[in-house]
Amino acid sequence: MRTMSFADAIEDALSDAMASDSRIVILGEDVHALRMNLFARFGEQRVRSAPISEAAFVGAAVGAAMAGLRPVVEVMLVDFIGVAMDALLNHAAKIEAFSGGKWKVPLVVRTACGGGYGDSGQHEQTLWGWLAHIPGLTVVAPSTPADAGGMMLSAIEHEGPVIYLEHKLLASYWLYYMGSGGRTTVGFDVPLEGVSGPVPDSWTPVPLGKAATRREGEDITLVSVAVGVHRCMEAAAVLEEKGISAGVLDLRTVSPLDREVLCGAISRSGRLLVVDEDYRDFGLSGELAAVVLEAGITVRYGRVCTEGTIPYSRELEDQVLPNTRRIVDAALKLMER
Amino acid sequence: MEPDLWSLYRQMLRSRRFEEFVKDLWEKGKISGEMHLGIGEEAIAAGVVDHLQEGDAMALDHRGTPPLVARGVDLVVLLREFLGSEDGLCCGMGGHMHLFSPEHLAASSGIVGSSGPVAAGFALAAQCLRPENLAVAFFGEGAMNQGMLVETLNLAVAWKLPMLFVCKDNQWAITTLSHSVTGGNLIDRAKAFGMPAMEIDGTDVEAVWNAAGQGADRARNGNGPTFLLAHCPRLEGHFLMIGQIRTDQDRDPLDRIQRRLGTEKTRLEEIQKEVDQEIQKAVEIALSSP
Repeated sequence: MRTMSFADAIEDALSDAMASDSRIVILGEDVHALRMNLFARFGEQRVRSAPISEAAFVGAAVGAAMAGLRPVVEVMLVDFIGVAMDALLNHAAKIEAFSGGKWKVPLVVRTACGGGYGDSGQHEQTLWGWLAHIPGLTVVAPSTPADAGGMMLSAIEHEGPVIYLEHKLLASYWLYYMGSGGRTTVGFDVPLEGVSGPVPDSWTPVPLGKAATRREGEDITLVSVAVGVHRCMEAAAVLEEKGISAGVLDLRTVSPLDREVLCGAISRSGRLLVVDEDYRDFGLSGELAAVVLEAGITVRYGRVCTEGTIPYSRELEDQVLPNTRRIVDAALKLMER
Repeated sequence: MEPDLWSLYRQMLRSRRFEEFVKDLWEKGKISGEMHLGIGEEAIAAGVVDHLQEGDAMALDHRGTPPLVARGVDLVVLLREFLGSEDGLCCGMGGHMHLFSPEHLAASSGIVGSSGPVAAGFALAAQCLRPENLAVAFFGEGAMNQGMLVETLNLAVAWKLPMLFVCKDNQWAITTLSHSVTGGNLIDRAKAFGMPAMEIDGTDVEAVWNAAGQGADRARNGNGPTFLLAHCPRLEGHFLMIGQIRTDQDRDPLDRIQRRLGTEKTRLEEIQKEVDQEIQKAVEIALSSP
């Protein structure tokens, strides 16, 4: 076991993969600077900086994946993915189906997501539910350094398009760029277990579509991804003091969902509280309810999500994004009924 | 280098005859949905595709049939795809706007302008893996107002991609006259990105062949992309429908090459007979149960 930061884990796994497979290329804005070490190791042909033209270079990454490369294309922030949406919605996601399964698109779209540093609603969204709505896209959002590295590897090895979401509160360089800018005069509620932690001595792929139980609990199951998992762990500790045994399930992959593990956990506890930093309506939280109900499980259900546009004001932002207090309150309410 | 006009004529005629059967089958209700024919674009398809080699790639728009026919895609599986058959090119999943032939590195799309980014990706893969190869993007002049395509003109120059941008200008963006919604002219626009741009009569297969050859050489030599603006008629309208705007009936590229080759009447008739037989047979096989 080594100890590594979330950001270094991604880079280390990517670097190993690039060294063993020359088809892997990185494309995106500023990658010569953002991925300086990889740029220095692999050169400008394989770590290629792009103009601010997501529609063109994400679309090109789709074509490159179809023609023999294994691109990791970077959309700096997932909020910017809107301008490249055609490439994902109508091309990357559909080509395998449209071609009768004959043509695959082994593409990774790496993109930073999430809030908690006062950058407001065009720079702090997560959008994983919105992306996972599209058949043909795999969507992952790791919460620990070990998963961050292992899932980057599995995303690269996957034969279809994978959206790899890297939360800015976990990847500290993003928080440095976007939040502090080097200042020591600002602070953020950073989940330390997610920012740095144990990773394997050598990287092996963490399977896509498999959830991880982070904490066993009998009374209620808190289900989340990315930073939300750490908020759930904090909430579970508070609930324990109140005599409530809360389990925490980290989905890790939003799509395809690990229905089996989810349904197993909920059928044991009978209470499901979804903690989702993405928007509440028509998204992951509702999907989890649907999956559990379709499985015929009787469940008490609640959710703590982002309900509207993320505000700029730090105080307002803190109320809008799922926080530990809201999770505890919602869990207590579910225990009452 | 001189073009083999007889071979180009054969390719143009194969595509025309094939699409005439497609039109007939659409009218009979055997083909569902929209049907965008490439009738009128055959000289552009034949003149460009003749320069393609093993490992070259094509990104196509919603009129992808003529380039696929010229590239040698099996006509039976192509037609079966239009018929929605499990034995079609894409197992009946794609239809005429979403045709994919991985063995030919040919992919089409019904989203206007998207052939630009996809071809740029094909070209990027060529640049990294197969430096002697290139990629072609086929699109209409209406697509030239689509952001993703205009962004790709820049990307292709910035990354010096081995690409050929082939703009088929039939003057109409669905039912809107393109000049009425387009600022400046497209040759100047392409040149402004820093690439050579050539304007040609897209009904003249020899002119297309010559221009495409220059662009292909440039791409293969690592000198980056070239833009071709090829004017052509829209003989069957935007798509098949009664009351469509069908333009320039006197500018049929097939008439033009037949006039050009007409001095050798016997040879011309021989090719026509062979093509008729080939296409008829393919249609019969496609229509019979597999």
